[in-house]
Amino acid sequence: MERDDEETSGPMMEMCTTNGGGEETSSNRRPIITGEPLDIEAYASMYRGRTKITRLLFIANHCGGGNMQLEALRMAYDEIKKGENTQLFREVVSKINGRLGDKYGMDSAWCETVDRRAELKKGKLDSELASYRTNLIKESIRMGYNDFGDFYYACGLLNDAFKNYVRTRDYCTTAKHIIHMCMNAILVSIEMGQFSHVSSYVNKVDQNPETLDPIVAAKLRCASGLAHLELKKYKLAARKFLDVNPELGSSYNEVIAPQDVATYGGLCALASFDRSELKAKVIDNINFRNFLELVPEVRELINDFYSSRYASCLEYLGSLRANLLLDIHLHDHIDTLYDQIRKKALIQYTLPFVSVDLSRMADAFKTSVSGLEKELEALITDDQIQARIDSHNKILYARHADQRNATFQKVLQMGNEFDRDVRSMMLRANLLKHEYHARKP
Amino acid sequence: MSSVEDVITSIQGLSSSSRDLSALHDLLKGANESLRANSDLQLSTLDQLDPSKHSLGYLYLLDVLTCGPVPTENASDVVLLIARFINACDAVQIRLASEKFVSLCKRFKDKVLELGDPLRGVAPLLKAVHKVQVSTKRLTSLHPDCLQLCLLAKCYKAGFSVLSDDILEVDQPRDFYLYCYYGGMICIGLKRFQKALELLYNVVTAPMHIVNAIALEAYKKYILVTLIHSGQFSISLPKCASTAAKSNFKTLCTPYIDVGMSYNDGKISELEAVVVANSSDFEKDKNLGLVKQAVSSLYKRNILRLTQKYLTLSLQDIANMVQLANAKDAEMHVLQMIQDGQIHALINQKDGMVRFLEDPEQYKTSEMIEIMDSVIQRTIGLSKNLLAMDESLSCDPLYLGKVGRERQRFDFGDDFDTVPQKFSM
Repeated sequence: MERDDEETSGPMMEMCTTNGGGEETSSNRRPIITGEPLDIEAYASMYRGRTKITRLLFIANHCGGGNMQLEALRMAYDEIKKGENTQLFREVVSKINGRLGDKYGMDSAWCETVDRRAELKKGKLDSELASYRTNLIKESIRMGYNDFGDFYYACGLLNDAFKNYVRTRDYCTTAKHIIHMCMNAILVSIEMGQFSHVSSYVNKVDQNPETLDPIVAAKLRCASGLAHLELKKYKLAARKFLDVNPELGSSYNEVIAPQDVATYGGLCALASFDRSELKAKVIDNINFRNFLELVPEVRELINDFYSSRYASCLEYLGSLRANLLLDIHLHDHIDTLYDQIRKKALIQYTLPFVSVDLSRMADAFKTSVSGLEKELEALITDDQIQARIDSHNKILYARHADQRNATFQKVLQMGNEFDRDVRSMMLRANLLKHEYHARKP
Repeated sequence: MSSVEDVITSIQGLSSSSRDLSALHDLLKGANESLRANSDLQLSTLDQLDPSKHSLGYLYLLDVLTCGPVPTENASDVVLLIARFINACDAVQIRLASEKFVSLCKRFKDKVLELGDPLRGVAPLLKAVHKVQVSTKRLTSLHPDCLQLCLLAKCYKAGFSVLSDDILEVDQPRDFYLYCYYGGMICIGLKRFQKALELLYNVVTAPMHIVNAIALEAYKKYILVTLIHSGQFSISLPKCASTAAKSNFKTLCTPYIDVGMSYNDGKISELEAVVVANSSDFEKDKNLGLVKQAVSSLYKRNILRLTQKYLTLSLQDIANMVQLANAKDAEMHVLQMIQDGQIHALINQKDGMVRFLEDPEQYKTSEMIEIMDSVIQRTIGLSKNLLAMDESLSCDPLYLGKVGRERQRFDFGDDFDTVPQKFSM
């Protein structure tokens, strides 16, 4: 781990000191999601289980080749070997394509052993389940299905795993069982990418009258936050992530790391909250502050946005972009989120002024005056900024509609419309009446 | 079998008081058949009668004379005769036999068209419309014919005077469709697009069970006029249009819908491409001129949008954004729009800049107050009309009968007694 310390300690010196010399402590106290090229080992160590493998494979597919890809594939290979998923193993081997040497080639012997073991286990579970069912002991049947679900999950057969977990529902007797079932179902659904199931199972747990263990509640909030994120409901996603209890720590590592909670929550909040909500729920939120400590760049950019330092805010965003594109949940929302944040920044910049010099604004937003004019034009058309551009002198003037004139105009227009509509209606009624007359009984 | 002389004497005798007139009317109805067969009746016999005093008789005789085919050398005389009659006749007497009068006028119109001189018929028909009308709110069968003549003669102003009455009662749907369609075309000719839109809207949304050719043509023009007037195109028909219209119009007017959709996108070059591609269809419908007007209105619409966003803009920028050829064209367009009152702006030729101004209307002048007052009065009048219509409808036995019959199917119980039992058939 010494190597990693030297890599990150350079520009992140200030950050590390605020962490209180946390270099030697467990890696989830170090800033991982930064503007620097992604440190794959550190990133992967934040997760465990299947999501670690899928994330590594995602990075390998999207990082554009080179050392990073090989590193990711190597780690994926090691991780898969610890488990029992032969299909993923074959995938990884074909991707590595012999580039990492003999040690990382196709190990058919291992595959066969694992497959045989799986067959044996399956047979054993089958017979156990059959005997439980004849005995009709609810608890053992539930455990049997659960074990089946776990087994299929380990082998990578997610659909079967999901079906088995759901089957345990009929045999759940206590609230704890139900929660357990729902958590499993949620986990598998997230892995499968079926976020509608995630939402429904989270709701199912919420309907449970018993108060939940805070960690379980935090896990559920993360899960529903992810579901909202996938459905592009950024405001709801932000609210869920911001409510996550900091005690969560790394306990939900098989789905999401606390850095992710901070990043997703911070970015979604920035893109969708208005100013007062941003202050109340993000900046003044003590609980969320613990999460933000883990991703200091996100914390800085939120603060910059709030205090109108747009240039540095956009700079942070730009630097984070490359790494965020490698994130399995966030990558296809990055563009929309960034776009929304930029628009909000533009609107917020112009709000307090009567007139704004476009060249200074263009400097603040690191763009050319003509590009800025086009962006502002789009915002004015959408009625998000009430202003007009003086293209000759390159100044933006705020324009407040004259309420009185607008009211008069609207009234006259309405009068005319009423006139036209009523006359049309009377004519139509007349025509219909004629039809009655024509079709006398 | 009464002879022609007998008929003429009775006409001359019985044309004074209303009691006599009704007797005369019955007599004439009886004598109609025999008069037709009688070959003594010539155009010259009509000289014995005075059209203003003996209008009813004159009308009947004229009708008999013109119901058969007329040789072309007489056609011009006949036309002149009828025109004089229409000018001179007495409205009260005419209204007793209004269908005959209307058919006579229609024949008059046909003859005028045959002679190839529609202008001759415009003034007489206008007079005819006014005389036959029972009230200015009621549509007669003559209205569409009159408008058609005005269109063919290109006398738009005359036609427009007919249109300025508010029509509220209609007898025949077909008359109404034709009236609105021709009226719309006249307004387009006068460039009064607001009124044209109203008239065409009425046709398009009229209740109909099957697609009506007149309504279809009207819809095509309606699309183009909406583009010119308000610069927006919505592909869905207004909610009150009949279901037949909603399901069928779109498939039958695809070139126009294409024009509308590409207009919405706002790019001149694409719009022109669409127009060129479909120009044969437009020519067939004789709408090519209107389509060209729509295309030129796209520039106006784009410039109008610019006024919302900019305070000042250089002419060159305007030309670029609206895809005009150069700054000179842009200047011309802006100048035209300022003159038409569509935008308020100042052109600074030295810098090549246009400065857009707010609408200077302050709504504080006495003229404005008068306008508002008149609008208010009009609205009150309309509301009264609407209430009166509602009352008369609820007393109409046919309507009550139909409602009563439908009520049988839904048994709401005795407390829902809006229709007296007598009408449940």
